[in-house]
Amino acid sequence: MAKFPFSAIVGQDEMKQALLIAAVDPAIGGVMVFGDRGTGKSTAARALASLLPPITAHENCLYGSSKEDAAAYPEVCGGGPLRKRPVPFVDLPLGATEDRVIGSLDLERALRSGEKGFEPGLLAKSHRGFLYIDEINLLEDHLVDLLLDVAASGENVVEREGLSVRHPARFVLIGSGNPEEGELRPQLLDRFGLSVEVRTPEEVETRVEIMRLVAANERDPAAFADEWAEEDTRILKQIARGKTRLAKLEPSEDLLTDAAHLCLAVGADGLRGELTLMRAARALAARNGARKVKREHLIAVAPSALRHRLRRDVLDETGSTARITRALEELFQ
Amino acid sequence: MTGDPALDPIHDAELAANLFIQGPLAFGGMVLRGNSPAREALVAAISDQLICRRLPPHIDDERLLGGIDIAASLAAGKPVEASGLLAEAQGGALIVPLAERMGEALAGRLNQALDDKRVALILLDDGGELDETPPLALMERLAFHCDLTHSRERQATLETPQLATPAALDNEALSAIAATGAALGVNSVRALIHTSQTAAAHATLYGRGVAGQGDLEAAARLVLAPRATQLPPPPEEPKASDPPPPEPGDDQQENNQQSTDQKLEDKVVEAATAAIPADLLAQLAKGLAPRQAGASGSGQKRKSGLRGKPLGARPGMPRGGARLAMIDTLRAAVPWQGIRRREVGADKDAPILMRKDDLRVRRFEEKAARVTIFAVDASGSAAAARLAEAKGAVELMLAQAYVTRSEVALIAFRGETAELLLPPTRSLTRARRALAELPGGGGTPLAMGLNAASELARSVRSRGRTPSLIVLTDGRANVDGQGEPGRKQAGEDAEAAAKAIAREGIDALVVDISARASREGGELADAMHARYLALPRADAKTLHAAISTRELA
Repeated sequence: MAKFPFSAIVGQDEMKQALLIAAVDPAIGGVMVFGDRGTGKSTAARALASLLPPITAHENCLYGSSKEDAAAYPEVCGGGPLRKRPVPFVDLPLGATEDRVIGSLDLERALRSGEKGFEPGLLAKSHRGFLYIDEINLLEDHLVDLLLDVAASGENVVEREGLSVRHPARFVLIGSGNPEEGELRPQLLDRFGLSVEVRTPEEVETRVEIMRLVAANERDPAAFADEWAEEDTRILKQIARGKTRLAKLEPSEDLLTDAAHLCLAVGADGLRGELTLMRAARALAARNGARKVKREHLIAVAPSALRHRLRRDVLDETGSTARITRALEELFQ
Repeated sequence: MTGDPALDPIHDAELAANLFIQGPLAFGGMVLRGNSPAREALVAAISDQLICRRLPPHIDDERLLGGIDIAASLAAGKPVEASGLLAEAQGGALIVPLAERMGEALAGRLNQALDDKRVALILLDDGGELDETPPLALMERLAFHCDLTHSRERQATLETPQLATPAALDNEALSAIAATGAALGVNSVRALIHTSQTAAAHATLYGRGVAGQGDLEAAARLVLAPRATQLPPPPEEPKASDPPPPEPGDDQQENNQQSTDQKLEDKVVEAATAAIPADLLAQLAKGLAPRQAGASGSGQKRKSGLRGKPLGARPGMPRGGARLAMIDTLRAAVPWQGIRRREVGADKDAPILMRKDDLRVRRFEEKAARVTIFAVDASGSAAAARLAEAKGAVELMLAQAYVTRSEVALIAFRGETAELLLPPTRSLTRARRALAELPGGGGTPLAMGLNAASELARSVRSRGRTPSLIVLTDGRANVDGQGEPGRKQAGEDAEAAAKAIAREGIDALVVDISARASREGGELADAMHARYLALPRADAKTLHAAISTRELA
């Protein structure tokens, strides 16, 4: 699944919406994608990363520091002239060790010259980009903890092996997993901003369309990319517009009340649900170019923002999505 | 069925290999199950056409991905890069023996390599029973799954395609593929994409510019049939909207009646259905979803070197995730500095001279994850209510699973068989489904249940986890180890099976679920060297509490 234009992805609207919200407002705190294998989860994440405009970074900096980063973290930035580079997309392999993720003592340098140096890990590499973890439910819990912690603070602090380093690590965390293969602890789940459920498309037409597009892309990737370039540019503009509008949008009192009612009705634990709900609604409104955040935006993002925060009864069969839909209908009909 | 050359597994595997070499990276690769001479021949034939490298099962990251060769770097005094196996096999295939034993770390790396279209994989799967398969995420990405277990030797020859440019698929063909996938319950879109690629490659191989019925049938047979999760509903049934899967016999008749005016997609569905492997077919006919999402293959925990309680350092290379113990390494090197300096003629200010032997790595003690195996007597003599309690206890255990990081498996025995209903898992969703349909009634094949349980316990242990066994039964065996009725033989077989468990030293608990505490239950526990717990009126919560306190003890 090398490159596939974002706009050419058929269906999967909820996942696309969540990814775009995360692109507009990376502070949303990551996206968790639940779904079967082979439904285009990683394809969509990769497509989004290659769609975004290149970032400007210091050429010799291993961390992809921007001018602001270099000022804030002068000790780690490698310097050099500012150059454009593509948005990083890091695919974290399941068996990755803590060393590889947060970085470690540069062994080779230590042994050869006795110097104490830091070898940046995958967190450094994903700064200003995306960190994608397939099958996150199979990842060691302590690693997931660590990732969520860094994702929330935007900074990786390393205190080990006699090293004391801190470097910027702001990235959009995208986790994916199949709930049939083991669950993620609720505490961890709660820390993801959005969660989406991806289903395999049921209609024959959709499936035919997917096969047709994939075949076309394989036959001539360049022509295929050209064909979809216009649509991709449109999405790109939406994201850019969203980013500039984001600061200007403030949700009204009424809307805050709506959000609070909704969270109470579905029984979402903690305040994080409400905060994320408002943030996501605002990002969606900004991307759509709306003048203010409306109830329709709230309704559109509610399942993604709340689904994974509902208190779960082990023996209750009703899905979280169904509970949210029901509450939405009861409250806002 | 085996008389038809098109359905001969070795013939199909050869065809799959022919298609695979047309575009190794697009197809991802092949899974070849079953150790046989035919497989060797096939792999040899593929190696003639393609760059192939063998991937040893214990490979470390440096060797796989490339990196700094530490030993060579120390000797040379400057960094020496070593090329990785992935780079060496670039564009070709990696042959992976013992794929069913692959750990999750390696599987993760290979998944990435597949997604980036760097290499293709040929997984040699020697897995036996009990859901032993290569990691499923990996299998999902490979187009062809071939079973060569019972194949005799045969010289494999690969052909060159007759067309230079790849064949195309029209819309009707794509619809037929999509419909076939839906009929067989194949959810993955990736599988559909593989099917369409296979159909195109098949047409190319035989010199057709546009893929026709034969190409689609072959593709459905090769790619979709092994992935089937249900039998197709009978074709052209006018009323019933979602009928239950029919008996295979009925299906055949229906098809014969209307074979003249069948639509393309029906023919493709038929071809795929006929090619569903026999064991899978048996499972599907029983209404069981086959090894769909097992945790198997992904578990294999390393026992040291990564995390856990520190144990001190030992000599070794910092690779495979093991961390260098800096201080210990220096301590090992320091006493030799005088001699080494004289040896190489270095002066006093030269940096410390390191040798490979000085390197020390840290060791950790990691607690192995626990797998609790429930063996539940579902016979007529164990009342139906007991079964519900056992189910409840399994669900309660699972609800805690993410806290304790333990897994749960369930074996039920009744009538003449013991069945693995739930392979080791932490997933509630999956467990609930497996449990919902647990039937009751019939004789008590206790020996079979115990044998299945100890076999599973052994396989759990071989993956580096700790099994513990909980047998819920009334102990009154009346079906022997061969499935024949007869109380005496059954009792002897059960005792033998119980003693085997004791010999293996598997941690076990017998929960007596008969209405009154019975002599048989106690004897069984003694033979098994297990603890004995009489729970005549157990409900799910009491049972769960009993098991949990035991685990703490």
